[in-house]
Amino acid sequence: MVQKLENLKESPSQTAGPYVHIGLTPNFSGITGVYDADLGTKMLGDAPKGERITITGRVLDGTGTPLRDALLEIWQADANGIYPGQDGADADVYGWGRCPTDMDDGTFRFETIKPGAVQNRDGTPMAPHITFWIVARGINLGLHTRMYFADETEANAADPVLKRIEHQVRVPTLMGQPQGNGTYLFDIHLQGPDETIFFDI
Amino acid sequence: MTDKTSGLFHRDRSWHPAALTPPYKTSIKRSPAAAPISMPSTLSEDTGPVFTRDILGPQDADLIHNFASEGQSAIGPRIIVYGRVLDETGRGVPNALVEVWQANAGGRYRHKKESYLAPLDPNFGGCGRVITDAHGNYEFRTIQPGPYPWPNGPNDWRPAHIHFSIFGASFGQRLITQMYFEDDPMIWQCPIVGTIPSREAIETLVAALDMRRTVPMDARAYKFDIVLRGVRQTMFENRMEGL
Repeated sequence: MVQKLENLKESPSQTAGPYVHIGLTPNFSGITGVYDADLGTKMLGDAPKGERITITGRVLDGTGTPLRDALLEIWQADANGIYPGQDGADADVYGWGRCPTDMDDGTFRFETIKPGAVQNRDGTPMAPHITFWIVARGINLGLHTRMYFADETEANAADPVLKRIEHQVRVPTLMGQPQGNGTYLFDIHLQGPDETIFFDI
Repeated sequence: MTDKTSGLFHRDRSWHPAALTPPYKTSIKRSPAAAPISMPSTLSEDTGPVFTRDILGPQDADLIHNFASEGQSAIGPRIIVYGRVLDETGRGVPNALVEVWQANAGGRYRHKKESYLAPLDPNFGGCGRVITDAHGNYEFRTIQPGPYPWPNGPNDWRPAHIHFSIFGASFGQRLITQMYFEDDPMIWQCPIVGTIPSREAIETLVAALDMRRTVPMDARAYKFDIVLRGVRQTMFENRMEGL
């Protein structure tokens, strides 16, 4: 016998279910008067530094049908690659956003600024990216992925996370595609030939 | 800027539900087929949003009253749900935002896509939230939700449950789960509960009745602790104020 490790086990995940909006975006779901506003709808203060961008897309199931009951959260650094809470962070960049997909057409939309490169643990830069977390009915454990910027060709080529992906043919699934006017399209495919890369972090 | 922590403990995926769990039919077309790409956490996952108490209204943690008309209250067995948010090392997680949602006592959700024949309670909305104290403690009041049928198999029922969404200090700790109630026989019938591979893991989601926390002539109490992923650290990197 040896001594016991005292670590606890993480609580097992359960699906967010079809009514995740009641808890996380009640005003969106029609439950008004409980919270003043839904958290995560506003990602910027009055004068954030950096290029303003819009990220839009859908979450598609294995048949290509958009999920109309999903909820996404994103987390990002400011224009200098500094996360909120770190020294020197831009106080007008909140970094975190939450958006349910539209109940009719399944689109999501975030208004934010383009993040700067963030340092990897070893001090090398990671290409500008935004962390995505997706939950929905039928998703048993929230899915983590990243959106990179397709127009950051050079930085993406040097990115330590992208470089170590064995199936480079799948890397484009992580790219937000510029549509002009600062809009990036980022569709997330849960299954199928274009299945998005998800990370086990 | 250097990363003060050494990253998150890796997640034990054999403890969590798999992505594809055919008895829970919706998972079939919504589950990624490729293996997730493993990577150590970086600053992007080790950091996360911070929520402060100024977002909270006075009744956010009282679902019995936070949607009710003046002088009214929600119908159903009154309960207190309390517990701690911990990480895998056993430390309490302070300032963790805990958001909850649930059906009413008849098993009906207040949602436009919900069509169960049980009636809405005009005094029950079904959402609440609380931020843990310095030791990771939280508490809220609500009514015990009812079980309800759902379209999956021809006769599947959800056990009474409360949905929980929890933020730790890191975005990589983000977790959504569900709390069940001690001694509910419906737990062991449910295909969603059944996505969790082991009985041992399921039991960690079953809240215990705690008569000592009961408020006599008012509300019974259930204890529900939640464990988030741990943060790896060495003695030398340990920040004195804790993580």
